[in-house]
Amino acid sequence: MLTVQFLLLAAVLFCIGVYGVIARKNAVMVLMSIELILNAVNLNLLAFSARLGSIDGNTFALYVIAVAAAEVGVGLAMVLLIYRNRRSIALDELSEMKG
Amino acid sequence: MLAADLLVAQNIGFGIMALLMVIGALRVVTVNNVVHAALWLVVVLSGAAAQYLLLSAEFVAITQVLVYVGAVMVLFLFGTMLTRARIGAESDLNNKNWAIGVPVSLVLLGVLAWVLIDGFGDDRLPDPDEMGQVPVQVLSDDIFGPYLLPFWALSFVLLIAVIGAIVLARKD
Repeated sequence: MLTVQFLLLAAVLFCIGVYGVIARKNAVMVLMSIELILNAVNLNLLAFSARLGSIDGNTFALYVIAVAAAEVGVGLAMVLLIYRNRRSIALDELSEMKG
Repeated sequence: MLAADLLVAQNIGFGIMALLMVIGALRVVTVNNVVHAALWLVVVLSGAAAQYLLLSAEFVAITQVLVYVGAVMVLFLFGTMLTRARIGAESDLNNKNWAIGVPVSLVLLGVLAWVLIDGFGDDRLPDPDEMGQVPVQVLSDDIFGPYLLPFWALSFVLLIAVIGAIVLARKD
């Protein structure tokens, strides 16, 4: 198998995730797109780990998974709080901090 | 390149999984229903676990299934249920100027694909026989040896995330 096929798959997933972050208005959907991006990064880490015969990529991927789990927990708690205060989680209505 | 070098079964498996993952990812960012998007995300994450198996990283693949497909998806579905009065299809999930995302991601994909093909054009992974499995013992030696400090930091990150989530989501 070629290394580049895994890297290209990860690149496609990354770009779809970036599109989701830009295009989506619903905060939960933006968090899902961020998960797509983190998975693309993990795929890259493991592909290079297999390519170089080193185990460090596996370790990094595990750490990325743990950080992503923490991020989703805090992110959804924030979404819940915003929903409770404003009855909406549309991101373009959150403009209090605009200068 | 010899026919025996091509690893036909692995490549067919990769192709099917890659196709499913790309279709699933496209559905996640285009579908008009939050719950359906979460279920399509399950397809992508399970496909990613299968790709990790192809890269002979079983422990990460199993962790992916446990943490992502198990825990994170339940969190997403709960988040959807707690923040949405209705579960069905909605029309206003996209921004007003969502179209800007298409050229941005296409240009990014073009640049990334060009660089990757230029840099790793016919670079081959080692054969699965030589690559061998990644023993969990070696992996844990790596985590609890040279990467012990990041592991501690990560423990604190998880602890603080749990406390922060509770504090944020409390009723009063």
